[in-house]
Amino acid sequence: MAYSIKVLDHYENPRNVGSFGKEEEGVATGMVGAPACGDVMKLQIKVGKGGVIEDAKFKTYGCGSAIASSSLVTEWVKGKTIDQALDIKNTQIADELALPPVKIHCSILAEDAIKAAVADYKKKHSEQVSV
Amino acid sequence: MLKQPIYLDYSATTPVDVRVAEKMIPYLVEKFGNPASRSHAFGWEAEAAVEEAREEVARLVNADPKEIVWTSGATESNNLALKGAAQFLAGKGKHLVTVKTEHKAILDTCRELERQGFEVTYLDVRDDGLLDLEVFKAALRPDTIVVSVMFVNNEIGVIQPIAEIGDICRARGILFHVDAAQATGKVVIDLAALKVDLMSFSAHKTYGPKGIGALYVRRKPRVRLTAQMHGGGHERGFRSGTLATHQIVGMGEAYRLARLEMGAENERIRMLRDRLLKGLSDIDEVYVNGDLERRVPHNLNISFAYVEGESLLMAIKDLAVSSGSACTSASLEPSYVLRALGREDELAHSSIRFTLGRFTTEEEIDYAIKLLHDKIGRLRELSPLWEMVQEGVDLSTVQWAAH
Repeated sequence: MAYSIKVLDHYENPRNVGSFGKEEEGVATGMVGAPACGDVMKLQIKVGKGGVIEDAKFKTYGCGSAIASSSLVTEWVKGKTIDQALDIKNTQIADELALPPVKIHCSILAEDAIKAAVADYKKKHSEQVSV
Repeated sequence: MLKQPIYLDYSATTPVDVRVAEKMIPYLVEKFGNPASRSHAFGWEAEAAVEEAREEVARLVNADPKEIVWTSGATESNNLALKGAAQFLAGKGKHLVTVKTEHKAILDTCRELERQGFEVTYLDVRDDGLLDLEVFKAALRPDTIVVSVMFVNNEIGVIQPIAEIGDICRARGILFHVDAAQATGKVVIDLAALKVDLMSFSAHKTYGPKGIGALYVRRKPRVRLTAQMHGGGHERGFRSGTLATHQIVGMGEAYRLARLEMGAENERIRMLRDRLLKGLSDIDEVYVNGDLERRVPHNLNISFAYVEGESLLMAIKDLAVSSGSACTSASLEPSYVLRALGREDELAHSSIRFTLGRFTTEEEIDYAIKLLHDKIGRLRELSPLWEMVQEGVDLSTVQWAAH
């Protein structure tokens, strides 16, 4: 399997690896994929005032392309509002990393991870509002 | 200086031994005759070389040279054995028995036979990779005509109970084929003692050239096959086509060297394999796939839990190893062999096959151990599964969003 230079760069030097404390203010988590499929991504966002994503961290079990896709989206979501983050499409991720067809599912998973994290934030947020 | 990448994939293929290559070369340029040319010295010289090589192949497995048929490799041998035997015996029965962990050259040939109207039973193995003889016996039917079980598994290196299976087959008049591509030079093969009717061989797994193999076809009791390659009637009609003299000479020399050197070589390789296993066993959550005792000394197949195999291959690109077999590593599916052992998918996804060989050194093994320690740690830091396990989460209770 030949990997693009960008995939190799993210794989060798993944950005924003790690986890936030679960109880930290404004932290939401999206966990997608399954061990049986060979990919699990955990994306965490830290949302500040005005719904802006101030920070993001990830951990990924999966191939180099899956690691690179999730590393890339942590960079992309930072500074965006949660609604802007939802506009990130898997095709943009696949184009940026020059993923081959067999690895497109990695970019789809990364997009799903953003959606899951934002959904988690909105769920927590609405609960706080309703209380 | 250690030369990199380090080759630890000897079950995919082996380099041609220099002694083998040197013996082959004259048969390309000077001694180029067609072994089937009976009318002049060029032909006689080539024929003599082919027959000498046939004797060497036969000697390694204690067979008669007349029982050796040249083919293009183990895949062709498997095709000729299964299709040839099934088609010849079609009037007697329609049922074949094989095992789920066989090489694709067996499984795909069986699928083709099913399309031709035969029925095939694919047996499960135990979680140590070995065939359960009671399960095997229960699968045999009055119309079973052929059984095919590999000698040594290509992914996990386990050695199937060939002698016992042979006894059972012979007692019931069932033809028994064995794919021995991964066995030559690694285990003692005595076809005078084993009740095996057909056995497939490859040269390139045993320091010979690619593109040449052989099929053992027993003479007493006589085994008959329907030919799959038609033409000039070479190889007593079993397999037509001009013999590749230089390849055959290479296979003969490779098998001669294997016969002379396998005793000492296997002990040396076993020591290195055990050194590798010991060096890796202090990493948490490492599992050996397949039985460790009934296994060739060359093979170590390990799952590093919570680390995905393909990313691990990327991380250890200084090591030429494979995740699953070379034939399946282009796909995203986890190894069907490891699944057949009942390994959960995540452990199958996390497996690496190390196969050592004639030119593996202690220095290379030590380098591999150190590299794996570094990289496994790094990838686990990246792994959400590892994090969850460290937090005490039982992953089997998690509801995953399968995709």
